[in-house]
Amino acid sequence: MHKRFSNVNFDFSEEQKALQKQVQRFLLDRSALSVVRTILDDDALYHSESVWREMLDLGWVGVAVPEEYGGVGLGYLELCVVAQEIGRSLAPVPFSSTVYLFCETVLRCGDSALRESILPDVVTGAQVGTLAFAEGLGFPRPSQIKLRYEEGKLSGEKWPVPDAMIADSAVVLAADGNGEPCLCLVRLDQDGVRRRPLDSVDPTRGQGLLVFEAVEATHLGPTGDAAWKLFRDVLNAAAVLFAFEQVGGAEACLQKSIEFANERTAFGRSIGSFQAIKHKLADVYVSNQLALSNAYYGAWALASDAQELALAASVARVSAIEAYERAASENVQVHGGMGFTWEADCHLFLRRSRSLALAIGDIGMWKEQITSEFEQKAA
Amino acid sequence: MDFDDTPEEAEFRQEVKAWLAGQASRYDLTLQGALSLDEQLALGREFQASKAEKGYAKITWPKELGGMGGTPMQAVIYDQEEEKYDFPTVFFAISLGMPIPVMRRFATEAQKQRYLLPALRGKEIWCQLFSEPAAGSDLAGIRLRAVKEGDDWILNGQKVWTSWAHISDFGVIVTRTDPSLPKHQGLTYFFVDMKAPGIQIRPIKQATGGGEFCEVFFNDVRVPDAFRLGEVNGGWQVAIATLMEERFAVTEASGGGASLEDTVRFLRREFNDGHSGLDDPRVRDRIADWYVAESGINNFYARLLTGLSQGQLPGPEAALSKLVIAKKLQSQSSELMNVCGPAGAIYPDHQASRANDHRIAWLEAAGYRIAGGTDEILRNTIAEQVLGLPGDIRVDKNIPFNELT
Repeated sequence: MHKRFSNVNFDFSEEQKALQKQVQRFLLDRSALSVVRTILDDDALYHSESVWREMLDLGWVGVAVPEEYGGVGLGYLELCVVAQEIGRSLAPVPFSSTVYLFCETVLRCGDSALRESILPDVVTGAQVGTLAFAEGLGFPRPSQIKLRYEEGKLSGEKWPVPDAMIADSAVVLAADGNGEPCLCLVRLDQDGVRRRPLDSVDPTRGQGLLVFEAVEATHLGPTGDAAWKLFRDVLNAAAVLFAFEQVGGAEACLQKSIEFANERTAFGRSIGSFQAIKHKLADVYVSNQLALSNAYYGAWALASDAQELALAASVARVSAIEAYERAASENVQVHGGMGFTWEADCHLFLRRSRSLALAIGDIGMWKEQITSEFEQKAA
Repeated sequence: MDFDDTPEEAEFRQEVKAWLAGQASRYDLTLQGALSLDEQLALGREFQASKAEKGYAKITWPKELGGMGGTPMQAVIYDQEEEKYDFPTVFFAISLGMPIPVMRRFATEAQKQRYLLPALRGKEIWCQLFSEPAAGSDLAGIRLRAVKEGDDWILNGQKVWTSWAHISDFGVIVTRTDPSLPKHQGLTYFFVDMKAPGIQIRPIKQATGGGEFCEVFFNDVRVPDAFRLGEVNGGWQVAIATLMEERFAVTEASGGGASLEDTVRFLRREFNDGHSGLDDPRVRDRIADWYVAESGINNFYARLLTGLSQGQLPGPEAALSKLVIAKKLQSQSSELMNVCGPAGAIYPDHQASRANDHRIAWLEAAGYRIAGGTDEILRNTIAEQVLGLPGDIRVDKNIPFNELT
């Protein structure tokens, strides 16, 4: 490969690392796995209100939102380190839907009046937001969107929608009267909006179904190809941020596997001394390091608004999906029968690794993006 | 986060680029495939001498030892630029990579005066005599005996997989001096004159047909005690120091074989069934896998470099690069053969076009997964030294070597 890297400052700054430590300590204290379990065990709970409240108060939800909209005004790199810690702790908060998906679309849609009317509410916690794009099985295609946006009203349904049960507003992917894709902003507390929770493999992150019956909505940004591109740009940005969550989760799994392998004995020795376990965990370490390094690449592309964001984001996502799913499933395996109990925490990570692998499109879709982007680059 | 050179580094890069371009214009590097080994070696020595003249042969070494007095980052910059050309530097990679740094660290002042500079200039080449037929991954199991006789040691035994022994002038060697001690404790480290009486060198024909590995036989070879590096029976520590030097050879994803860009160009052509290789969804999926691996290693490398520029030397985690690259090389070259159908097994006609050919790379990859630490040993290194998992139970560790079966 062509040597693109010369010297580098390919690392987070001391300030960014300090923020990461602060988030890590906070989440370890306030969002222990026992808190995650309260959401798992209670069908009527979709997130931890107290953890979310505190994260809002600490300014982390608005860490990358410009100061003019009430945010902290830092950048994507700060957001990346917060994401990594959310992933590590499994914090049950609507951070990804509100920040990576909802805010990101509002920020990119180019209407400053709209930003002024929405972002300050998000930063204070007056609004939880989400992005509703899926319509049942499969991933939407621009020509096949069923949700209609005509004469200012939305009709149709969306599912699954992350945090559908607790969101106050959503950006929805719809088709206009000509069947062209467009993005709309809709308040979910209006008459004509119905919602119901959907059971999923990962109950610690709620999902639901949204039904719109001629509900008022505001058109955001462009229409047609440009709207579809905007949607894909948002997903590319979100792919990088999700990758950091996934890497954080993968690191937590490896840590737990190592701890267990060191303390558990069988056949008269610590199981960590068996090569069958060592080599497995070495492979987890390798894929975690590749995923972390590729996530850095995504962070760099996102923060510097690089031309190659579509490529970097897809590489970060595919690498992170592979690493987290490997780390989470091997963590169960290393723990043996105990690892498959409700009581052990292994399944919490296994569930999250799967739900994040599906959240914004599966690995096959993102692999195809890598190949098609790379093909153009190698033309 | 950025990928930019500092102004000083950019200046150094320009200087290196200009110098390399000047050197490249002196040779027609495309003709190397047609050269004999002796001709290639002569060309390599000539280039190495000019390189040493500039201090580039050991950029981080002080000027009085033949280096440039530069930083580790400058060394990396030089390597990045040199790799863009096809200079015949392969003969000096091991020589200057392990034996010579060990000589600098353990030899006497007079020996350093005598040996370092000729090696940096490519006038003399050094090899590393470690592995034996019965000791590969388990290096401390070596048997080649060294017995003290007056001021000399008499060496008897065999070494194997010694790269470039047949063109080497000197070598560093681990020997067993006290078999009544447990295996790690009875070893002593020397350097030897490869032209000494009693040394016989035979290139081994490898699976690829190539022969840069050798087996080396020692028959009553006399080595002065003055050639000893480290303490008597303290050879293990010197051997470990030698292997640690390998860590600094931080690599990017180019591990031989076709580049991913070339791979995609190759696949884009129309095959006889009327389709481009890029139409095959399975192939497209694999391209993504290779890109993820390649990008992962390059970005991992960028993180190591960042550490290096802040003064942190790479630790045992650097072992993961070869593990990933060798597997990827094997998978990538094999898949390129697959898309060609039965014709995938056929070599290209012209000798010159074989460099970086995927059919050659496919076979070489099998060896790459073994050379310089097998996949399995690298996994042990990561598990024990990075993850802190317990060492293997070593049943032979505390038993006198001559009592082992």
